Amino acid sequence: MRNKRFAVLVLVVVLALALSATFVGAQDAKVIKIASQTPLSGPQSALGSSMSNGVALAVEQLSGPLTELGYKVEYVPFDDQATPDVGVANAQNLVNDPAILAVVGHLNSGVAIPSSEVYNANNLVMISPANTNPRVTGRGFTTVNRVCGRDDLQGPTGARFVNELGAKSVYVLHDTTSYGQGVAEFFQKEAENLGITVLGYEGTTETANFEGVIQPILALAPEAIYFGGIYSQTGIFINQARAAGYTGYFVGPDGFDSSEFAQLAGEAGVNTYYTSVAGPATIYPDAAKFIEDYKAKFGEDPQPFAAQSYDSAAIALNAIYTAAVLAGDVPSRAAVASVVRATKGYKGLTGTVTFDAYGDNEVGLYYVLQVGSADPAAWGSNTLLKTLEIPSPYKALLDSGS
Amino acid sequence: MTTAQSTPTIKISLMGRIMAPIRAVLDNPVLAVPALIVYMIAVTLILLGLNRSDPLFPLKSSLAFPPLVLSPFIVLSAKIDWRFKGLLVLAALFIFLPLIGMYDSSYFELVIQICIFSGLALGLNIVVGFAGLLDLGYVAFFAVGAYLWAMFTSPVDTYFKVNNMLVSANYFYLFIFLGVAVAATGGILLGLPVLRLRGDYLAIVTLGFGEVIRVLAVNFNSPTNFTNGSQGLDGVLRPTVPPFIPDIIMRVDQTLGIPISNANTLAQQMLFYLVAIVIIACIIVIARRLDDSPIGRAWTAIREDEVAAIAMGVPLVRMKLMAFAMGASFAGAIGVLYAAKQSFVSPESFSLNQSIGILAMVIVGGIGGIRGALFGACVVTLLNLQVLKNLSLQINNFKNIDAVMPPWLVAVILAVVGGWILWKLLKALWSFANRWFGNAKQAEQVRVVVWGVLVAAIALLTLQGSGFRFDDWPAQLEPAKYERLVFGILLIMMMIFRPSGLLPEPRRKMEMTAAKAEAEDGAIGGGG
Amino acid sequence: MVSTRATTDRTITEWLYRYVLFPIGQMLVFIVGAGVVVMVLAYLLAFLFPEPRPNIVLVDQINRQLPGMLIAGVSLGFVYAMIALGYTLVYGVLKFINFAHSEIFMFGSVIGYEVMRRISDAGAIQSWSPPLLIIVVVSVSMVCAGLLAVLIERVAYRPLRGAPRLVPLISAIGVSLLLTDAVRAIEAITRNEFNLTYPTNDLAWLKTPLPLAFGETTVNVRITSIIIIIGAVLMLVAMNYFVNGTKLGRGIRAVSQDMTTASLMGINVNFMISLTFFVGGSFGGAAGSLFGMNVGTVTPYVGFTPGIKAFTAAVLGGIGNVTGALLGGLALGMIESFLNGILVYFPALGQRYTDIFSFSVLILILIFRPSGLLGERVDEKV
Repeated sequence: MRNKRFAVLVLVVVLALALSATFVGAQDAKVIKIASQTPLSGPQSALGSSMSNGVALAVEQLSGPLTELGYKVEYVPFDDQATPDVGVANAQNLVNDPAILAVVGHLNSGVAIPSSEVYNANNLVMISPANTNPRVTGRGFTTVNRVCGRDDLQGPTGARFVNELGAKSVYVLHDTTSYGQGVAEFFQKEAENLGITVLGYEGTTETANFEGVIQPILALAPEAIYFGGIYSQTGIFINQARAAGYTGYFVGPDGFDSSEFAQLAGEAGVNTYYTSVAGPATIYPDAAKFIEDYKAKFGEDPQPFAAQSYDSAAIALNAIYTAAVLAGDVPSRAAVASVVRATKGYKGLTGTVTFDAYGDNEVGLYYVLQVGSADPAAWGSNTLLKTLEIPSPYKALLDSGS
Repeated sequence: MTTAQSTPTIKISLMGRIMAPIRAVLDNPVLAVPALIVYMIAVTLILLGLNRSDPLFPLKSSLAFPPLVLSPFIVLSAKIDWRFKGLLVLAALFIFLPLIGMYDSSYFELVIQICIFSGLALGLNIVVGFAGLLDLGYVAFFAVGAYLWAMFTSPVDTYFKVNNMLVSANYFYLFIFLGVAVAATGGILLGLPVLRLRGDYLAIVTLGFGEVIRVLAVNFNSPTNFTNGSQGLDGVLRPTVPPFIPDIIMRVDQTLGIPISNANTLAQQMLFYLVAIVIIACIIVIARRLDDSPIGRAWTAIREDEVAAIAMGVPLVRMKLMAFAMGASFAGAIGVLYAAKQSFVSPESFSLNQSIGILAMVIVGGIGGIRGALFGACVVTLLNLQVLKNLSLQINNFKNIDAVMPPWLVAVILAVVGGWILWKLLKALWSFANRWFGNAKQAEQVRVVVWGVLVAAIALLTLQGSGFRFDDWPAQLEPAKYERLVFGILLIMMMIFRPSGLLPEPRRKMEMTAAKAEAEDGAIGGGG
Repeated sequence: MVSTRATTDRTITEWLYRYVLFPIGQMLVFIVGAGVVVMVLAYLLAFLFPEPRPNIVLVDQINRQLPGMLIAGVSLGFVYAMIALGYTLVYGVLKFINFAHSEIFMFGSVIGYEVMRRISDAGAIQSWSPPLLIIVVVSVSMVCAGLLAVLIERVAYRPLRGAPRLVPLISAIGVSLLLTDAVRAIEAITRNEFNLTYPTNDLAWLKTPLPLAFGETTVNVRITSIIIIIGAVLMLVAMNYFVNGTKLGRGIRAVSQDMTTASLMGINVNFMISLTFFVGGSFGGAAGSLFGMNVGTVTPYVGFTPGIKAFTAAVLGGIGNVTGALLGGLALGMIESFLNGILVYFPALGQRYTDIFSFSVLILILIFRPSGLLGERVDEKV
């Protein structure tokens, strides 16, 4: 009896939900949607949610011009669960919504590559804030762009820096993800070219207890350790490695770039070097404001790639605006894609973006930074050691071709 | 104890009462056929009538699409002539689903993924369901098939590319058979050393095997590059579309006037759909024949009682190897298809979670049954990729259009959820108190009080509340982040309310009832 | 951990021997045995491949690494053993793999964090004495994790008793998905993040490593490793006493041998099962908080890897066998630590193959001993 009553109640609720929902009025303004696809659940969700938040913030702050034109800009977050199947299913879902004019995503190149095929077949522009795998842009797709760096540039940048530090031997670690392994591989190649002895090249999926990983490093005593990975793993590693008595340099890619790194690594993390395409807050005042706004809205510090996500969404919004003005109506996806590709000198939070014919940033600015303090709040004042301008590898190809 | 035991039976009978009229129609040989035709046409028309710019689109879509996908199962459960059944299932598979797919390619993608997972679930069902060998690394064979095709066609600089061993897209169909052979060999190789193991020892070894294959895929890029490591192999070739498919699409386009935005993708999807259907049809035929053959009976014997099976002269080694090889070979074929469909293969697709997901499909559907495995694959994939996604999209839509939930609805939801929890708590407390004071009458009073409080709460909130603005939904609780949580809850509930699966195999159902009676006997003696 | 009939007229010395000296001695034997095997293997490898890579003399590397490797292996092994106990106890009673146990471990580590963070936020963490702090953190997470395990059993497993063995397995997977995201939701709302860093960075006594000299080499042993080892030994001794020396423990053993007969003998089966979940869960929780203190940072997803490894350890030792879980855990910890330390020196191999080699060892052992190192204690129902 009780169960029956309960079931009836549930039925009533469902019906009521359906009914009440139908009372929602139709919309007057023309709707333009920006979607994002990032892992919002699972172990990588800290990064993925922060990327999604970055896009949400950009849509909130920068959709003014489009609103003035009479459009309503909406944001649609998707969870790709860091799984290719889910990413592709989502991609098919979102290309079928004609109101979606741009996608910001993904975190994992393994998800981005198959999903971008779907976007490209439907002329939907994708701007990637985080996919550093060279193959993401190298496939001749007109709709795939990225504002982040490339593994084959960032890795070597790190190697050259280690060389300048004067270290003669290095131990390379990576997290076995496409990102970490990619950047570590290119680091290793360049380091060997520069004559640095690579004492070890190891992948580890360990995220918490690095004792086993550290033992051989101590025995080999390299002068520097390069760890291709994300702060949530590398911060803990550095903390434990120092405690076990390692005294050399730590160098890493832009996955280190989070205030949480300071919290995880503690005192051990001070003086760690990392390369990044995102300019430090000290020289990009907009970035400082972004961090403030982000904290105010979401109550946490932005993670790596959040600022890039903001920039990606900003570029997309700009392009939609330009295309909308040109078309005098809701622009076509192809028009938006070509305007995005034609982006020149866009000043974002993390640097200036000019897309080349492949969708890479024409000249990548790579910064080398040094962690200054174990206090997470002081992350913005990390010391900027070097700024390197490295053209995309396609630039030479393009120049010689044309 | 007794309430926990009796709850499911009440639920089922309640469900039965709701389902009774539907059942009556399906059991009527005259009414059933036209009713099913009308049903399928109606659902298709509803789906065709949906509009993406409707703010309620996600909700409507997730309510309308599953009934269409599941319609073949409804047809099969009807008591009609098998020829009609066949025709109706064929109509669903080859008319209604492709039609919806042409109209909106995301449905096509879903259907193809459902087919892929159905194939995997059927294969795993042979190992786990038929032979009773718990395999937690099934995805390894899937990976073997996928990498097989990817390595021979990807333009990435692998060993095969460098040595000019790449093949053209026309070899696709041959490679499906190769995938079967290679995966079956893999199954035998895994099976040989672990045959002596039973039950959970086998589970951990297969789990290890799954991880080993994944780790190998990650690491076989040095010193010789076979798999391109975690970067994955992209640009995997797709089979060429035979000309009749675009023709059909054109003709449908002309006669029905469905706006087709991307004919090439559509033709490609259509091809994969057809290939997947053919593969699954083959798997179903083979699995059915096996289940009814001496081999199938030998598997049942092993599953029920290994010792007795040996005593009756069942060749244990051969039969177990056979189960491993059969299950693996299906996964190999599906893997080749998957690689071509995704056109990208990386180790991320072959994690332990994937294996567990496939196992969940087999068990949710009803272990040991072919129809159950298919049903489980449909339900789990739909839940994961469509229903839950759409629910979070729906809430996001409500946020975007600044919808407000009326106060009475908030009140009802709060009262139902809160009341249910309160009720459970009080009941637990009361049964405890009863044991102390030996007073059972007061339970009735508590019930009255709880209902009174609920009604009062609803009335109060309806009059005083201001409703819930979806915009106030906290960012930390963004629905897209909690799809897996909801999935977890649904898994638990499905298992508790339908422990023998959604479509249990009759024979398994019998075993289940027997086991349950036995367990109840034990518990009544002990629990009290 | 040998099942002995309790006798009423035992003397203190007997008691000491049976419940203190014997289990500790057993652990020592296991540790020393595993250590000796690892040492022999290491030097055998060094003999076979004196110089696997140019400029690397394997013997020297091993000499330098061995003490550190062994200590790391033991502390890792005890963590695995403590989690493995949860799997094994539940398996012994209900004959099913409690996949959600890794999330109970995770829950313990998160509770440990919450307790420590609260003490730290109150500004009291520096003034508390180290043993008190550790005991409070560990015992709170033990109780919480134990209660959670009982709750899970009540809600998700008890209705399924008597269903085919795979059904509770899927329910457990559901629980596991539910728990990770529920913990994540709670932490995201209350703390706005879910990378939970233990406030141990300022605790000098915890952070300063203890230098131990082994011949020429000095190994910086982390205090947390020592805490793990001591804590685990104490708890395992207590557990041995509980299972083999008390009436309740006898009840659990009776239920795990034959549920029906036990219920006929007047044992409250449901209570005993709940108790088993509580004990197993609290061990998971203790392991979680010790692990958290050791590694510094935990997330709602931290349970997966240790959970799988501990499950492997339980199987390795012989699932359902309590002593087996201890041996399996220690063996697996040692194997892993050894492989991590040695594989680096072999070209084309490396630590990334550690898991593959670990599983190969497992398969090898299982081929020769199909029901684990010490065998199942659970009788097969024929």
